[in-house]
Amino acid sequence: MKKNTLTQRLCAAPHVVWSAIFIVVPLIMVIYYAFTDKSGAFTLENISRLSDYTSTFLRSLWFGIVATIICLIIAYPLSYILSKMKLRAQSTMVMLVMIPMWMNFLLRTYAWMTLLEDSGVINNILSKIGIGPFHMINTSGAVILGMVYNFLPYMILPIYSVMTKLDNSLVEAAQDLGANKFHVIRDVIFPSTLSGVVSGVTMVFVPSVSTFYISQKLGGGSFALIGDIIEMQFQVSNNFNFGAALSFVLMILILICMAVMNKFGDTEEAGGVVA
Amino acid sequence: MNKKLNPTSKIYLALVVLFLYLPIFMLIVLSFNGTNSTSVIHGFSFKWYVELFRDEATINALTNTLVLAVTSSIAATVIGTLAAVGIFKMKKGFTKTSIMTVTNIPMMNPEIVTGVSMMLLFVFIGSILGAKGVLGFWTLFIAHVTFSLPYVILNVMPKLKQTDPNLAQAAQDLGCTPVKAFLKVVMPSILPGVMAGLVMAFTLSFDDFIISYFVSGPKFQTLPIRIFSMTKKRVTPDMYALSTIMFIVILVLLVLVNVLQSRGDVKKAKKGGAGK
Repeated sequence: MKKNTLTQRLCAAPHVVWSAIFIVVPLIMVIYYAFTDKSGAFTLENISRLSDYTSTFLRSLWFGIVATIICLIIAYPLSYILSKMKLRAQSTMVMLVMIPMWMNFLLRTYAWMTLLEDSGVINNILSKIGIGPFHMINTSGAVILGMVYNFLPYMILPIYSVMTKLDNSLVEAAQDLGANKFHVIRDVIFPSTLSGVVSGVTMVFVPSVSTFYISQKLGGGSFALIGDIIEMQFQVSNNFNFGAALSFVLMILILICMAVMNKFGDTEEAGGVVA
Repeated sequence: MNKKLNPTSKIYLALVVLFLYLPIFMLIVLSFNGTNSTSVIHGFSFKWYVELFRDEATINALTNTLVLAVTSSIAATVIGTLAAVGIFKMKKGFTKTSIMTVTNIPMMNPEIVTGVSMMLLFVFIGSILGAKGVLGFWTLFIAHVTFSLPYVILNVMPKLKQTDPNLAQAAQDLGCTPVKAFLKVVMPSILPGVMAGLVMAFTLSFDDFIISYFVSGPKFQTLPIRIFSMTKKRVTPDMYALSTIMFIVILVLLVLVNVLQSRGDVKKAKKGGAGK
């Protein structure tokens, strides 16, 4: 019996070895490259050069936060409506939300480019009705739109899945006890769906902050994000050491953001009515 | 549950769906365009579909992507399923927590950091071995297995928790070897999770651009990388034709799965009804 579980535990061995070599070692490599120069000697120059890109870091964070908030504002009521629909309609709607995720993300973003162009489809239609043209492409709004569009399903799906588990009798109890609509949402529905919100927020925020394609295509290069700078170091200027330093800081930033998010999620849940 | 939706909700749903499908609809319309313009529609033709199948580099990239997705998802499913069994048997403690934490790193980390970190490892090993151009199929394969593993484990783990551990024990008491007991008793009950993991690994691999972009070389191009290099200049509408085909394939598959599932549900419901 004892021998048996040992062999069973050994099943994990290939995975443990694999993740040690291909997850842990690469992260050590990032740190190694970040603190060395081209010849391999220790240096802090890469880290000190990061301050040149403070505004890029701030812009990435800002765009990521705005995109995440917009996604949340769109997805939360949507998930609520979805969870109240008939089951058949629910599964159709969930499918409708998921299908765009399977389309190539580059082509979807490229399609937005052709939609938003000065002589693009939207401006063409608007000019037929006599409005516009509006300058939409290569603006910060276009970049944020691209983020919202690409990552919205990641916000909808986790919130929807906790919404369906929401116990309706709690809502009714609150109403019976005299809570108005606003209080029901704030004190009952929101706390019990918070876990979905937390995972939705991380799933939108992380790719938004670190994206590089969206900002290149929809921002026209004038809104470089941190991902763009990293991509440039590795694919254009071949400065792996500085690229590693940027990646290292990005990773730390996101870890901090996620730790804050999780902490926020945990305490609220513990204090909430529903676990 | 069966409350009628009020009109505001309906309009809201319609608007979100419109937003999600506007660019996809655009791609489909443009794939049938008579000219190669991306904003003016001029006549209806299939010429971009013909063009697509003549474009060797794209077809080549598509086969590469399929080969990579099939091999890496199978490898990830095998390693991941075994890992789930092993981790499940471990007692709660430092080892188990740290293995799970490391496993989840590729899921938590921004994709660009995962891509960059693996690229650095491969380049570093390449420079030690004195080999140039290490980036190719195998580096892509390793990267894809690595980022698929957590999803496989996440899908298998809950199924293992639902399985009665006494069953495997009983099979062994009745004379099964451990391996046979696993295959005959445990495997069938975790199979839905394993399959879900496989499908997920396949789609993740098929669709991945960011990580592949950093760990691939000029010798082995996948479809997303080919699309990326094309969107650097101007995309020709045969790419739209390709995405239209992919869209229709996905749509048909999903509708099929949905129909089969709801049929299964109806059958179950009928059986349940008869039981009562």
